[in-house]
Amino acid sequence: MGAIDPTPGSARAKLAVAGARAGTAAVLATTNRAERVRELGFLTLLMLALGFALAGLGGLIVWSLIEGAPRLNAQLFTEGPSSLSPETAGYRTAILGTVYVIAGVILLIVPIGVGAALYLEEYADGGRWWNRFIELNVQNLAGVPSIVYGILGLAFIVRGPLSFGFVAAAGSATLALLVLPTVILAAREALRAVPPSIRDGSFALGATQWQTIRRQVLPAAIPGILTGVILAVARAMGEAAPLLLVGAVTFITVDPEFFEGGYTTLPVQIFNYATRPQEVFQVLAPAGVIVMLVVLLGMNSFAVWLRNHWENKLS
Amino acid sequence: MTDPQRDPEGPPAHDALSEAAARSARHTAVETHVTPERHERASRTDARPIFEIDSVSVFYSGTPAVREIGFHVGENEITALIGPSGCGKSTLLRCLNRMNDLIPGATVEGSVRYHGADLYGPKVDPVQVRKLIGMVFQKPNPFPKSIYDNIAFGPRVLGMKGDLDEIVERALRRGALWDEVKDRLDENAYGMSGGQQQRLCIARCMAIEPDVILMDEPCSALDPISTGKIEDLMLELKENYSIVIVTHNMQQAARVSDRTAFFTVDLDEDDHRIGRVVEFDDTEKVFTNPSDPRTEAYVTGKVG
Repeated sequence: MGAIDPTPGSARAKLAVAGARAGTAAVLATTNRAERVRELGFLTLLMLALGFALAGLGGLIVWSLIEGAPRLNAQLFTEGPSSLSPETAGYRTAILGTVYVIAGVILLIVPIGVGAALYLEEYADGGRWWNRFIELNVQNLAGVPSIVYGILGLAFIVRGPLSFGFVAAAGSATLALLVLPTVILAAREALRAVPPSIRDGSFALGATQWQTIRRQVLPAAIPGILTGVILAVARAMGEAAPLLLVGAVTFITVDPEFFEGGYTTLPVQIFNYATRPQEVFQVLAPAGVIVMLVVLLGMNSFAVWLRNHWENKLS
Repeated sequence: MTDPQRDPEGPPAHDALSEAAARSARHTAVETHVTPERHERASRTDARPIFEIDSVSVFYSGTPAVREIGFHVGENEITALIGPSGCGKSTLLRCLNRMNDLIPGATVEGSVRYHGADLYGPKVDPVQVRKLIGMVFQKPNPFPKSIYDNIAFGPRVLGMKGDLDEIVERALRRGALWDEVKDRLDENAYGMSGGQQQRLCIARCMAIEPDVILMDEPCSALDPISTGKIEDLMLELKENYSIVIVTHNMQQAARVSDRTAFFTVDLDEDDHRIGRVVEFDDTEKVFTNPSDPRTEAYVTGKVG
């Protein structure tokens, strides 16, 4: 500022400098009250949204812990259901049933989901009407109510062409159909996020399309694909409605098998206990919620660890 | 490797030519097996053509992008494609290794002969073409893998015989990168500087021992020092390879290339931008005594 003073040091120059400074300071300190209120209001809304979501989850966990507290012991995990001695009954068969069913779901949705996504993303000519038709339907299928898949499973998997019977494998196949659209959509997003420059670089080195997909595109897309699989598995694990139609209703006291005999899963078993009037079962049901959360978190933590492991390898 | 005296902004074209010639001589001085004739810029007729491009037009979904392009690319020469943005230089370059096949709706008309064989013949497998004709892209595009695996990818998918460690070392040496990375071959390539990444891409391309290297503005994302290193590298490489380079940097074309094709862009009756070649000649002639007034206007900076 001093450089522009007409006569440095003169009273007039000093006054001008002081005036300019005061003016700048005033501009810098100006606050628009309305805008600040709006900012604060918006932030509050965001916090409320987050708080609502967290309160729901927190409330559920706390309620289940309090209600189920008397039964939170090892027997809950190691003992099967029993009407004769409900004091020691647990979720052993339901946990095993859930693990079998979900393992089957994962085995089905990973290859089929990734395969379908690879075809649609890497091979299909998006200009052809049938490819666009398939795409549209995959998106629509993601929104079909789960009970519809239950009826489909009953007609085609339990009976009908596949005739699996009321076994865990039928539950796996039904739930896999239910969550496949989610996996396909997530896997497509992940494949689309792989930079085209990586594909170009691979093709320019004389790699074939399959080599490019297998060695460049798929490894780079794995973290995104795993995210989709995690979401799909979490949803499959919580489903009860379609499983009621494909056999997971029986009261199972012996450990289930995959292709033979009856089975049950955690949500179905919890529902079963919760509908009984006796006090002892009213404790067992919330304790089951905790069991289910533990199993779910265990599986998810493993999947997240797997995803981070891949991400670290890539970056 | 880089000459510290060199003005990073780039000297005027004719100075650049003599400097490039001097630099070329400096490189060949250490390569004793090279015959002295190699130092001279070959005149227009003496190099054997490696590509014979004849009235090539490229269409994207029926819309023409370049039209009626024709010139020959000589063996062991550097051919530069220059011209304003959007004139189809990269489009033409991507015809030479059939990368345009990967763009849905792209069609190529006319003929491209490679060592006399039709590159677009019915029995030609584009994958085989790309094994022989390597490409370096505008933005360095290393794979998200280690430095070693970046180089080893090509030899692995091509099933090349020989010790992989040796192949990787040889490629990195040719890419003038070995000394900088030999102690961190297992580190991720994304941790390298932009210039190193681009030299890695060049080394990666050379690991599959191609016959020709196509470069699509390889230095446009790099600083002058990295650019200098890559230009030095190109002059070394042309002893064994033929190079076609697209560049927006006219000084670069003047410094490194033997021959230059100048593209312009016209609007056709439907207002489509169509690229054409208006002049193809020895680089020295294009930059000092061009025969077309449009070339002169462009190389002297009257129009950009």
